[in-house]
Amino acid sequence: MSEEIKLMKGNEAIAHAAIRCGCDGYFGYPITPQSEIMETLMEEEPWKTTGMVVLQAESEVGAINMVYGGAGSGKKVMTSSSSPGISLKQEGISYIAGADLPCLIVNVMRGGPGLGTIQPSQADYFQAVKGGGHGDYQQIVLAPASVQEMADFTVLGFELAFKYLNPVMILADGIIGQMMEKVSLPLFQKRMTDEEIKEKYPWAAYGKPSHRKPNVISSLEIESVEMEKRNQRFQAKYRKIEENEVRFEELECQDAEYMLVAFGTSARVCQKTVELAREQGIKLGLIRPITLWPFPKNEIAKYTSQVKCFFSIEMNAGQMVEDVRLAVNGKTEVAYYGRMGGIVPSPDEVIEFVKTKMV
Amino acid sequence: MKEEIIIAGFGGQGVLSMGKILAYSGLMEGQEVSWMPSYGPEQRGGTANVTVILSDKRISSPILNTFDTAILLNQQSLDKFEKAVKPGGVLIFDGNGISKPPTRKDIDIYQIQATDKSIELNAHKSFNMIVLGGFLKLRPIVKMESVILGLKKSLPERHHHLIPVNENAIKAGMEIINKI
Amino acid sequence: MAIQNIIKPENLVYTKSKILTDIPMHYCPGCSHGVVNKLMAEVIEEMGIQEDVIGVAPVGCAVFIYKFLDIDFQQAAHGRAPAVATAIKRLMPNKYVFTYQGDGDLAAIGTAETIHACNRGENILIIYINNGIYGMTGGQMAPTTIDGMKTATCPYGRNNEVNGYPLNITNLLAILEGTCYVTRQSVHNAGSVRKTKQAILKGFKNSMLGKGTSVIEVVSTCNSGWKMTPEQANNWMVENMFPVYPMGDLKDL
Repeated sequence: MSEEIKLMKGNEAIAHAAIRCGCDGYFGYPITPQSEIMETLMEEEPWKTTGMVVLQAESEVGAINMVYGGAGSGKKVMTSSSSPGISLKQEGISYIAGADLPCLIVNVMRGGPGLGTIQPSQADYFQAVKGGGHGDYQQIVLAPASVQEMADFTVLGFELAFKYLNPVMILADGIIGQMMEKVSLPLFQKRMTDEEIKEKYPWAAYGKPSHRKPNVISSLEIESVEMEKRNQRFQAKYRKIEENEVRFEELECQDAEYMLVAFGTSARVCQKTVELAREQGIKLGLIRPITLWPFPKNEIAKYTSQVKCFFSIEMNAGQMVEDVRLAVNGKTEVAYYGRMGGIVPSPDEVIEFVKTKMV
Repeated sequence: MKEEIIIAGFGGQGVLSMGKILAYSGLMEGQEVSWMPSYGPEQRGGTANVTVILSDKRISSPILNTFDTAILLNQQSLDKFEKAVKPGGVLIFDGNGISKPPTRKDIDIYQIQATDKSIELNAHKSFNMIVLGGFLKLRPIVKMESVILGLKKSLPERHHHLIPVNENAIKAGMEIINKI
Repeated sequence: MAIQNIIKPENLVYTKSKILTDIPMHYCPGCSHGVVNKLMAEVIEEMGIQEDVIGVAPVGCAVFIYKFLDIDFQQAAHGRAPAVATAIKRLMPNKYVFTYQGDGDLAAIGTAETIHACNRGENILIIYINNGIYGMTGGQMAPTTIDGMKTATCPYGRNNEVNGYPLNITNLLAILEGTCYVTRQSVHNAGSVRKTKQAILKGFKNSMLGKGTSVIEVVSTCNSGWKMTPEQANNWMVENMFPVYPMGDLKDL
C-alpha cells in the first residue's frame, strides 16, 4: 500500500501521512521539538489539494478546543505539541474523552518538569497512560520507535480513534521527531464528503434536519445516576480496547533469561543493547510495547517463569516500570534503569546495569 | 556493511547538510540510513553535530557513544569527540583554527585542509563537500553516482545548478586528505 | 364567549417559535437569558436555517441552552467556545455557526480565544451576555462587574485598587481588523428586544458574507445575583450599567 521510499524527519512524516490519510484539519501551536509538523503542513498547503484545513491557533488550549469542535462535526482532526503544551491541552482532552469524540494528538516529548529542556524525554508516560486530565478516562497511546512508525501510526491512530470514538495519542520524543530515516508514506485516501460523514457518523453536530432530534456534543451530565451510567459505558469501551488493541514487538525473546522492556527511543537503544549482549553470550531479549495503553501485560506475564529479571529502560525516573511490575505481579524480579532531563541512556550503560543483576 | 559516523563543527559549516547528503546517498543505494542532528539552540552560533548511520541491516540505536568515523571541524568538537572514536576507527579534522590536534595512537587520524582549499577554489559554501570528498576517499561506502543523486534529492531544485560545483569540490577533497 | 371559540388560528397574535423546545427553561424569572434564547430561536426559524446552524454552548447559566433550542449544538469548555466555533466554521464553511457566552466565559477565562477568533475574522456570530456577575456559581465578581458593585467575592463593592477595572471587551473587539459588526444591545423593554432581534439577524447574515466576525453584546440583568426584583434590576441596569456599557453599534461594515 505504499509508494516511493523517502528520507525525512519523524515530524515531517506525520505531516505527510496526515495529508495522505484524508485528515480534515490540523490545529497547533509551535513548540520545540515538534514544530516541523505544522511547518511541513503549511509548506505543503493541503487546503489547495485535499481541502484539509491547517490553522495556527493562539495557544495549545485554543488548538485542542478547535480539535474538539472539528471532532464534534464528525471530521478527522488532529493536533500536536510537546510536553508543556500537552499539559495545557489536558482540559480539552478530558472533554474530548468525555464526549466520545475521535481525534489524534501527537506529543513529541521533551524533558521536564516545567519548561525543562528541549532534549528528548519519556517523562510524560504517566500523564499519557494514566489519564492526564481530570476524570476516569483513557486514551489509546501509540509509541513509535522509527520515522516509519510516525507515518504508520498517524494512519492507525485515526482508525482507532474512529473505531472507538476516543482520543488517540502518538507518544514520541525529540529523537523520533528530529531524526531522518527511510519512510514509505501511505497511499492517498480521499477525505470524506459532508454527505458521507452524515451517513457514517450520525452522532455528529453538522446541522439538524427536521426528522431527527438535535445532536448535542457534550461531556456534561448533571444527574449523577446518569453520569455513572456514562462512566460505566466508558469503562466497557476501555475493556474492549484492552482486549483488542494491544500491540507490541519482541526481539530475541525465545530463549531470553533477562528481558528488557522499553518503548520509543529507549527501545532503539535496547535493540543495540541486545545485539551487544548476544555478542557477549548474554541471553537478553526485548519486549517493546507499541501500545502503552492498553499495555501488553499478558505478553510480559507470559515470560515470568523463564526470565530471571525484567529491566524497564526509560528516559524518565521510572514510570513504565510500575506497569511492568503489575504485569509481572511479584513472580520474578523487576528492575529499572533510566536517564532523565533529556539524556538518552547508552547501550553500554544499559548492558552494564543488566550485568549488575546477573547471578 | 555498517558505518557509524559523527560529523561535528560550527553551525554554518554545513555539518547537518553534509550528513544529509551522505544519508541520501546511502538511500540511493538501498541501504538503511539514519540521520540524527543535535537540535535546538545548540545549533545557533555554537556547535552542531549529526550522527549518520549507513548499514545493510536494520539500524538499532540512532544515537551512539562511539563511532567508526568522526569528522571534526572545530576545536570544541575535537575536544568532545576524539575519545568517542572506536579503537581502529578514523578521525578526520580540518587544521584550520586547531591549537590542540588529536593525539590518539589507536586510531587513524587524517587531516584535510578544506578551509584553505575552499578559499583557493573561491567556493566557500563547498567547504563541507570538500570534507565529504576526503571522507569518501578513505571510506568509499557510497558510489560517486549515488552522491550526485543524493545531492539532487537533498537540494531544492533552484540549487541544482550548483551540483557540478559540489562534484568538483568532492573530487578536490579526495586529493588533499593526508594521514598524520 | 367559551374559551374554545377564542383559540382559533385567526385570533392568534403570538406563538412560541418552533425552534424553542418544550423543556422548561431553568433561568431565573426576570433573567435576560430567556429573552435572548427566544430571539435566537425566532431568527433561526424566520431565516429557515435550522438544518444549517450549529450553536456552541458556554459554561455558565446558559450551559443548557442546547436543551432549549431545537438545533445541533456543541458544548464547549469554559471560555473555549470561539475556538470550538472556529474549527466548526472552517471545516463546514456553508453552515451558520454561533457561540453564546456570558461575561465570565467570554471576557475572563476565554479572553484569548475571543480576541483571537475575532482577530482572525472567523465568520461566526458571537452572542455575549454581560450581566456583570457570575450567575451560575452564585454571584461572584466578573471582569465586567462595575465599580462599587457588590458580589460574593467583592462583598464591599468592586474596588479598583484591589480588583482592577471593569473590562469593556466589546470596545476592544471593535478595534480589531477581523470584526465586521460589533454592537451593544439590551432586552429590558419591547423596543430594545426588537433591536436586539434585528442585530442577531444581521449577525447571522454576516457570517455567510465572508466579512468577518459579528459580536453582539447584550447588557443584561441578573436579578437573583444582584439580589433585586426583576423590575428593580432593569432600572438598576439602565441607571448604572448603561453609562459604563452604552447602547448602540460600535462598528458596522
